[in-house]
Amino acid sequence: MTSFLRLVLLGFFLVFVFSAFCTPPALAQENPYIVAYDHYLEEPGNLEIEYFSTLGTQRGGHNFHAFWAEFEYGATAWWTTEFYLDGQTTFNDSTVFTGFRWENRVRLLQREHFINPVFYVEYENKSGADKVLKEVEGHDVESDFLVSNAQARKDHIHEIELKLILSSTFKGWNFTENTLAAKNLSNSPWEFGYALGASRPLALKAAAKRCTLCPQNFVAGVEMYGGLGDWHSFGLHGTSHYLAPALAWNLRSGWTLRISPGFGLNDNSHPFLMRWGVSREITGFGSMVSRLLGGRK
Amino acid sequence: MKAVAAALATCTLFLAVSVVLAQSPSSGKAPAAAAQEYDPAIYAELQKAPEKARLRANPLRNDPHAAAAGAILFEQHCAECHGDAARGGKKGPNLRAAEVQAATPGAIFWILTNGVVRKGMPVWSKLPEPQRWQLVRYIKSLGEPAPAEGSPAPKP
Repeated sequence: MTSFLRLVLLGFFLVFVFSAFCTPPALAQENPYIVAYDHYLEEPGNLEIEYFSTLGTQRGGHNFHAFWAEFEYGATAWWTTEFYLDGQTTFNDSTVFTGFRWENRVRLLQREHFINPVFYVEYENKSGADKVLKEVEGHDVESDFLVSNAQARKDHIHEIELKLILSSTFKGWNFTENTLAAKNLSNSPWEFGYALGASRPLALKAAAKRCTLCPQNFVAGVEMYGGLGDWHSFGLHGTSHYLAPALAWNLRSGWTLRISPGFGLNDNSHPFLMRWGVSREITGFGSMVSRLLGGRK
Repeated sequence: MKAVAAALATCTLFLAVSVVLAQSPSSGKAPAAAAQEYDPAIYAELQKAPEKARLRANPLRNDPHAAAAGAILFEQHCAECHGDAARGGKKGPNLRAAEVQAATPGAIFWILTNGVVRKGMPVWSKLPEPQRWQLVRYIKSLGEPAPAEGSPAPKP
């Protein structure tokens, strides 16, 4: 990683810290999912800055710590766009910047229905050393990560990823089902995957006082995700799968903390993934930019 | 890689300046004292609620804490667009307007649940149903006569 790029990443970090302490707080109402998506988009004009870590165990190799920064902007009430920066540290190896992703989610129906579809499209520009496991697709397995960073970085991946998110809310519960199809823009077959999630706030009614530890500020859930093979060999053979309980804590100050220990469900999976993340919403970011550009006030 | 780094540098600068601008006192909501005028068509969204939804009664209408809890929820989720005192902001209409206060609790609940996505109001079904009813109770309380001195009043 060049020193210039390090400087830029430091800049992002400083802006994150600065904005977190200086901008007006808005209580986020986030679900605890880290891999699965529900149908709720970012509020229009708001920017959510997020940082996530994944600590993964590796049999026959070195454990790793993968991380990503995420900038999620509500362009409209039906369209959210996100930009990601990914990196990882493999213990006893090295720390590398592994690429970026640009994601868009579009709500397909205007009103709330029993099942709410959202269309997702993402472009990924990353190296083969990417270990964030933001999704599992195709025949992704634990042994893919045995390659050293120096070797893995030689692979350059341009990928388009499509998802159909089907999400429902019933009596305080959210249930979501994501199906995934990804295509490396080089000559590789389509790969498939899935993510399922269920979550619920610990209390459905809000307390009539401002509080940090009230049960309505906590959302507990579980997610399950894995690969479904590729165009030539669709199915569960040679795929990895994970089950991960998850908890989100929406703080009054506008921060959200998430934690999710994940467990591999078969021999192709990493035995254990410890994920956590922190995010903060900046309200009215679109208006700020508009003012900056001297546009509509 | 240099192009990516340059793009990231631009983004960082852009974000930093935007956030600094956000600190200026002029940012944010409309003045609380004066209610803004809105196109009456905005309020016509309330009429789109199906009859069954419109007729739903607020299950928390007799809950003495519902309006106070709703006021806190309003401050956390709605004030950004509708203004601190619900008199309207740059993005959201005045909720003290006669059209809103005349609407049934069920109609307001229906708007909260479904949003007005094309006009910029997001779907709020991510708030559990009881919290949406608490918000409805608070919004309806804005049209009630001011409480006598000394009694607790819901205030966002």
